[in-house]
Amino acid sequence: MPQAHIEVRGLRMTYGSRLIQRDLDFAINRGDIFVIMGGSGCGKSTLLKHLLGLIEPADGDILYSGESFVHADPARRDAMRRSWGITYQSGGLFSAMTLAQNLALPLQLYTSYSSSERDEIIAYKLALVGLAGYQDYHPSEISGGMRKRAALARAIALDPEILFFDEPSAGLDPISSRLLDELIVQLQESTGATVVMVTHELPSIFGIATNSVYLDAASKTMIAYGDPRELRDHSDQAVVRQFLARESSAPVEEQA
Amino acid sequence: MLSDDREKAVLRLTGDWVQNAGGRPHFADLEHELRGLGIGELEADASALGRWDSLLMAFLLQAHELCRAGEIRFSTRAMPEAVERLLEVATAVPPHQPARQERRPWYARSSLRAAMRDLRARTLSSLGFIGELAIALWRLMTGRANTRFSDFRDCCYQAGPDAFAIISLTSVLVGMILAYLGAVQLRQFGAEIYVADLVVIGTLREMGVLMTAVVMAGRTGAAYAAQLGSMQTNEEIDAVVTMGVSPVEFLVLPRILALMVMMPLLTIYANLLGIIGGGIVAGGMGITPLMYLHEGQTALSLVHLNVGLAKSVVFGLLIAVAGCRAGMNSGRSSAAVGQAATEAVVTAIVYLIIADAAFNIIFQQVGI
Repeated sequence: MPQAHIEVRGLRMTYGSRLIQRDLDFAINRGDIFVIMGGSGCGKSTLLKHLLGLIEPADGDILYSGESFVHADPARRDAMRRSWGITYQSGGLFSAMTLAQNLALPLQLYTSYSSSERDEIIAYKLALVGLAGYQDYHPSEISGGMRKRAALARAIALDPEILFFDEPSAGLDPISSRLLDELIVQLQESTGATVVMVTHELPSIFGIATNSVYLDAASKTMIAYGDPRELRDHSDQAVVRQFLARESSAPVEEQA
Repeated sequence: MLSDDREKAVLRLTGDWVQNAGGRPHFADLEHELRGLGIGELEADASALGRWDSLLMAFLLQAHELCRAGEIRFSTRAMPEAVERLLEVATAVPPHQPARQERRPWYARSSLRAAMRDLRARTLSSLGFIGELAIALWRLMTGRANTRFSDFRDCCYQAGPDAFAIISLTSVLVGMILAYLGAVQLRQFGAEIYVADLVVIGTLREMGVLMTAVVMAGRTGAAYAAQLGSMQTNEEIDAVVTMGVSPVEFLVLPRILALMVMMPLLTIYANLLGIIGGGIVAGGMGITPLMYLHEGQTALSLVHLNVGLAKSVVFGLLIAVAGCRAGMNSGRSSAAVGQAATEAVVTAIVYLIIADAAFNIIFQQVGI
């Protein structure tokens, strides 16, 4: 069995006194495309924010390559974050900068490339996401799908070991969304990175995920863990099977 | 780097291609060599390649692009599988050729003609905005405008009571400065007592209203521009328009009216504190408060007060118009919102000073 890249142990997430999720225990293996899924409001994005260290857990631990992230000091945390690439839901590109400047920022901060090398690498990263030649465009001048891909280019600027995605296909048409999924798989296969994504898009889940966890809003904990195709057919939880088979007839209530 | 057998050139990649490895060839050299050869195929041979990262990929991608442009066949030998894959992904979409503007040196970028064109465009857009404003105002007066009283009230609160603290501070200090300035000069003639006249007239006609206006331009004018600018960025203004509501009626009018109503009130408050500030300094110079008040009273007249108040209404209008116009015309990025706020303050202050000068000339001519 491959070594666990990210491990979540007994994680409990709260907003003040309001419990979001408890007893989360799962591992993400190196090279996985791991999907965090669940209905609206179950705490998917909150879990992602915990993994990224944007919110502190109420209890439990998160380990990266066996090292605790929750108990690491701020300097160590920044060092660990250096090997991550993150694509936010709305891109998170700096709107006042061109795409080239957006990509140049992490390269300037954390590498010693000369400016001509930087330009070459920016051209290459943009080409990887199919945006070759768009260096001098501002995020507001390109389409939503292109912005997502540009954000991905910035996320992979430092050749990260882990790629996080928050709803990568939110707001994209089915074709752009599939192209983005394909791109994620291609990048994963050629770089061997671990991919963690929050999504509830079934085509994405079945198309690219190799492992997944299902967060249930009613019981406030994870109720399924494994390959989503397996879960659809063989999960012992009716809710999970319905979610993945997209049925609405059964007694599942929408949780606010 | 290149070895050549007429038809095919081999590009041998050797050693480590990672950050700080050193000794990496420049792509420009390869490009130069390649152009001299006139070959039909370029083969990248990686059999002696060491470690590699994005630098190698960037180099290979450029070589690939060069071959594509020169119609040279590009092939690889003994290339790591990951490199092959990444190259495939990177070259799947042909590069976009943007309609590139030619780069001109900085001194060639600004020309008189461009400046005139810019000025014309700005003047036209200003006139357009004033026109829209006039229409909105007319609709408001005839009771057909979509302006909500609650918005007006909120804007009033923001532009009025919220500004008390800063206005208090500046007015007291300006009153004191006026008194100092006058006292030093008037003492030469033994006429210190006229400090009271100076402070009262100076504050009422000029300094009270001008300082209030400058503070409000920096505070409220900039806030209007930033608010409307970020609404523009968030497509909130688009939402207002598509609801069939004029953004000028819905967003601009309450702000302008609020500032026009609040400015005279703030000016009265500033006048009062300015005179008190002057009194503090006068007290330090041996003029008792009673003497100060008595002398001040002889200078105090409704005319002076009204001059200040008339200015304050106009200044309020100018500040609000400058702020709202900058916000409504703002671009849709975080930098553009910053520019809008800057533009709002700068334009407002220029307007203020021009208007103040015009007022003073007119009042002089009329004899008020």
